[in-house]
Amino acid sequence: MPEKDITEWLRESATFPRSVIADIQRAARTGIYDIRGFGAKRALPTFDDLVFLGASMTRYPLEGYRERCDTNVTLGTRYAKKPLELKIPVTIAGMSFGALSAPAKEALGRGATEVGTSTTTGDGGMTQEEREHSELLVYQLLPSRYGMNPDDLRRADAIEVVVGQGAKPGGGGMLLGQKISARVAEMRDLPEGIDQRSASRHPDWTGPDDLAIKIRELREITDWEKPVYIKIGASRTYFDTMLAVKAGADVIVVDGMQGGTAATQEVFIEHVGIPTLPAVRLAVEALKEMDMHRKVQLIVSGGIRSGADVAKALALGADAVSIGVAALIALGDNSPEFEEEYRRLGTSAGFYDDYQDGRDPTGISTQSDELAARFDPVKGGRRLANYLRVLTLETQTLARACGKNHVHNMEPEDLAALTIEAAAMARVPLAGTDWVPGEDRPKK
Amino acid sequence: MLGTGTGDGLQLEPLKQMRVFNLDEVSLRELNQALHDCNGSDEASAWTVTNTKGKHAVAAGIDAPLEVTVNGHVGYYCAGMNKQGQVTIRGNTGPGVAENMMSGLVRVTGNASQYAGASAHGGLLVIEGDAGSRCGISMKGVDIVVRGSIGHMGAFMAQKGRLVICGDAGTALGDSLYEARIYVKGKVAGLGADCVEKPMAEEHERELEQLLEQAGINGVDAAGFRRYGSARKLYHFNVDNVDAY
Repeated sequence: MPEKDITEWLRESATFPRSVIADIQRAARTGIYDIRGFGAKRALPTFDDLVFLGASMTRYPLEGYRERCDTNVTLGTRYAKKPLELKIPVTIAGMSFGALSAPAKEALGRGATEVGTSTTTGDGGMTQEEREHSELLVYQLLPSRYGMNPDDLRRADAIEVVVGQGAKPGGGGMLLGQKISARVAEMRDLPEGIDQRSASRHPDWTGPDDLAIKIRELREITDWEKPVYIKIGASRTYFDTMLAVKAGADVIVVDGMQGGTAATQEVFIEHVGIPTLPAVRLAVEALKEMDMHRKVQLIVSGGIRSGADVAKALALGADAVSIGVAALIALGDNSPEFEEEYRRLGTSAGFYDDYQDGRDPTGISTQSDELAARFDPVKGGRRLANYLRVLTLETQTLARACGKNHVHNMEPEDLAALTIEAAAMARVPLAGTDWVPGEDRPKK
Repeated sequence: MLGTGTGDGLQLEPLKQMRVFNLDEVSLRELNQALHDCNGSDEASAWTVTNTKGKHAVAAGIDAPLEVTVNGHVGYYCAGMNKQGQVTIRGNTGPGVAENMMSGLVRVTGNASQYAGASAHGGLLVIEGDAGSRCGISMKGVDIVVRGSIGHMGAFMAQKGRLVICGDAGTALGDSLYEARIYVKGKVAGLGADCVEKPMAEEHERELEQLLEQAGINGVDAAGFRRYGSARKLYHFNVDNVDAY
């Protein structure tokens, strides 16, 4: 008879479960906090807590594969002479060369371009590979200003001023020494092999009044052609959205706390910011209050995985969504194909989150030439394009079910919430009721 | 007035065309667009801008060896992201003058507010008066010469390039410094994390003399400066340095 696992009858502490005990012992052993990639892993209220009501006696659905359901999005209609025209409402979020290998960045560009959407640079500047392979490329202006230059600013299709990101609102970038190759170091004007702690504040502006002037400078330098985005980590989203509008944004990107990162303290990832679900609703309410909804476009990111997530974000009022971790997974991140190597790194496919470490067996989050050479940017790009098509098809399926001939025509009225928390956060009724918790309370 | 002229008595080389932009009569957009229309060329024409009245982003985004004289005080980000341009501001500048400059020369005859030369990658920024706080913040290869004094947190997180201060420096000079070099003639109110004084060798004295000469700073003896740089103790996280974090 096989021996019974004694943990089946031993009582585990809810306060000190094995994972917490392991964390405490790791801290005691190393004297440093845990730094990792990926995004928040704790359970949070998500779009899964909402459902679509679908057409019924009072609504007509549209025929799948027959009746059109458009998915195009225009970003930057407020001030830019050349707004971005996307074919699908899903964009690729900013991820740096440095955090990712050059072929992985190339694959993101290839995949996005194949389906007519944009990709985004990251903290480390623009590489030739990603510009060449990205039909539409958004250039990030980050506090570090690594690699920032006016030529790339003008070569970009849009500019994204990064105030914060969902994984760490209030935190700066981090790229540990093991990933600072000669090329990364040169692009960032820093010595090879040292830890790079990107600043958490911009060097030449503080506060929304300064930011308005900064954005005017960026517009002057680029002759008012490029849409200017402002990206914020979700926290005080209602007010931040209003201030971003006042600062002159064409597009606002709100990144919820499930948003990914290449390297951040675990305590930051799991304990700072608010989930994407309430963030999208707060941003939309702020835009509506200012009569700027659809005039300043809203991109929502942070834990978007499926067409259902896309559709629900759009129904709540977003113009588009952005994906990061999901795009990396589509490229092959956490693939069981590499299980043996994941095991050697002390992890397993499905759990790997050490993007900061540089030893990614898939060749995606690494600067090792040997590992990066494993990754085929053409195949990776095709996988990403496939995934983006599936997200779009799923989104259209749900929109048609609600009788909508454009994905932007979905609305909160098409949704119901499965939990009281989700009903309160998204301000849609709890399923089977007309109860919206907190409806009579101030919106923010 | 938009046209050609001699521009406030500026001495011109023969045959060089002078273009004058009076910002009371033409918009900032028109000025910057006209400057950008020269981008990528080797045109070295002379330009004068008048009635600036504290406007922001004056002459931002130049990418040609234009000689631009700005007569008057300017607001934020004057000569921002300058490439090749030779810009002289006859007055004071607001925050972020020559921010992210790539090459060329920006000269301020008066005082500069905070963030002067922020994250600039190259070129030379000369401030003939004083500079405010965070002068040279995040600098990435630019040379900055200040004839007067600077405020607090000068060269914060500075990565590359040289910052020369002929007067005094405020508190937390060179905080979290990388490989940039700082030379100070006067008093330093205090050094930031990981910034230390380093010996002045002959090579540093020569470097300093060259910088002062390039900047056209006369009457300041290269002798008597002190050099500051990174102790490089914070380049890798080390729990033993936790008191500094």
